[in-house]
Formats: sequence, structure tokens, C-alpha cells
Amino acid sequence: MAGRAETVTKAFYKSVPVMAGYIVLGIGFGILLRDAGYGVVWALLMSLFIYAGSMQYVGVGLLTGGASVLTTVITTIMVNARHLFYSISMIGKYRDAGTYKPYLIFALTDETYSLLCDDASGVTDINCYRFFVSLFNHCYWVAGTLIGSILGKVIPFSVRGIEFSMTALFIASFTEQWLTSRNHIPALTGIICTVLCLVLLGPEKFLIPAMFLITIVLTFMRKKEESNR
Amino acid sequence: MALILIASMAVTTMALRFLPFFVFGENTPKYITYLGKVLPQATIGLLVIYCLKDVSFTSGSHGIPEVVAGAMVVGMQAWKRNAVLSILLGTAVYMFLIRMGI
Repeated sequence: MAGRAETVTKAFYKSVPVMAGYIVLGIGFGILLRDAGYGVVWALLMSLFIYAGSMQYVGVGLLTGGASVLTTVITTIMVNARHLFYSISMIGKYRDAGTYKPYLIFALTDETYSLLCDDASGVTDINCYRFFVSLFNHCYWVAGTLIGSILGKVIPFSVRGIEFSMTALFIASFTEQWLTSRNHIPALTGIICTVLCLVLLGPEKFLIPAMFLITIVLTFMRKKEESNR
Repeated sequence: MALILIASMAVTTMALRFLPFFVFGENTPKYITYLGKVLPQATIGLLVIYCLKDVSFTSGSHGIPEVVAGAMVVGMQAWKRNAVLSILLGTAVYMFLIRMGI
């Protein structure tokens, strides 16, 4: 079983960058939900079963605002549509994940995605490794939520700015992917299309259009690549 | 009612995550395989910009803490190739800079 222990250790090490961010964001969510009148059981339910950070923050507003089921479903689709893209790009990697597969798909958050979309080197049981990376992240999120909901505002020290660890995580994955791949067109497409949509549409509405634009541009690039051969 | 709304959010989120696997599960078209190969890099680029979307370069701190700390992460990652180290250092630099009032 030494192999398995080693795999779990590697998965834990990989998940460490997400720990601080998830615990802090989880605390923020826990406090917000408690202030809205929903205690620890609600916080636990949401973090266990929805497990999507920004959606849960939006969800607090839906709960307190007395939204209808239809409004809730439509809002969820709009906030979480990006998960369709994550899943599409993980179809190949998760194909042979066996019994781990349902949980891997369920737990595919932005951060877990960014940890798992590059190939792990030197891991014997890749599916077990991916499972534990996903599980550790889920645990951090639930733990943060519980701390926020139970302890609330008694946290004495200032952690202002720690949310930058999420940004830093994405910047580090971007840099790593840039250094390991020879073709930089996908990375550049991602940056340029997103900046373009942000400038044109503003910070509230750019995300989904940017994803469509990226998909269209990359589709066009594929045709070009094939005709060059 | 709250329980029903939470269940709606949970089920809808799961549906979005599982849908592509059901639709393209067994015989993935070549086009989707291609997207699976190129989308991750593009999506990480998108997420970087998404995190920085509210940074204003014309007012406040002019985005200096974000740019300096971000450059720190890129530099450390290129040098040591250790994500934990890059992220911890970048975040520490950021937290320091915003406390300096920069």
C-alpha cells in the first residue's frame, strides 16, 4: 500500500495552493449565509452538494430575496455555464476513471480544474491521485464554510488580500503550461479573447461571450492547422 | 422553500458538470477531442483575466499590487517550477503591498 500513501501525499501537496483560498472564501460564505439567517446546517448542505464558490455567494441572495425555482435554475445556468467547458476538456482525461469518475465530475471546480488539467508526472495511479486532489479541495471548502458559519466574526487577525492566492494559482498554472507547451496559440487566444470581451462588454457580462469567442477562434485555428498539413 | 432552492442549485450545477460526459461519453468526436486539448490553456488564461477584472488601472492603486505580485508569481514559477512556492510568495507580496497603501 506504499504506492497509495505516496499518491495521497502527492495529491495533498498538489492541493496545498488551494487550501488558503478555499478556507478564506469558505469563511466569507459561511459568515454571509449566517448573517442572512441560515445557520450551520444550511451552510454544510450548500457546500457539500452545490460546491461552486461564486454560485453559493449568489445563492445567498436568491435565498433571502425569495427567488422562484425557475429564477434559481436560470441564474445557476448563467453563473455556472463555464463548467460545461471544463467538463468538455476533461472528457479524455476522466474517460477511464472507473468508480472515481462520478465524484471527479461532480467536484470539478475552477481551482480543481486548474490543478488537474495539466498532466501529473510520476504518479502511478492517476485516477486515485485526481480523486484525492478533488477530495482535499472539497474538504477545504467545507471546512472554511463551517468555520465561517460557527465562528463568524471572532477571527481576530486581518486576512485582507489573501484572496489573491486564487489569482496567483491561476497565474502559476498559466506560466507552467506556457513553459511546458510548444504551441502558445491556445494560451494567447484565451488571454486576447477575454481581454477583448472585458473591454467591450465590461466586467459583469464578458465571461460567457469570451468563452464562445475562444471556442470559435480555436475552431477556426483547427481548420487552418489541418489545411496546412 | 430554502431546501428546494438549494436542491435546484445543486441539481443544475451537477447537470452542467455531467452533461458533456453524457453527450460525448462513448465516441467523442475528433473536434471535441481537439477542444479538450486546446481549451485548458485558453481557459486558464481566461481565469487569470477573470480574477483581475475589477482591477482599475486608472484610479486607486492603479493595479500596481496586482501587477507586481503577478509578475512575482510568473518569475518564481519560471525559476523554481514550484507552484506552492510561487503562490505563497506572490500572495505574501500582494498582502504586504496593499498594507503599504500602494
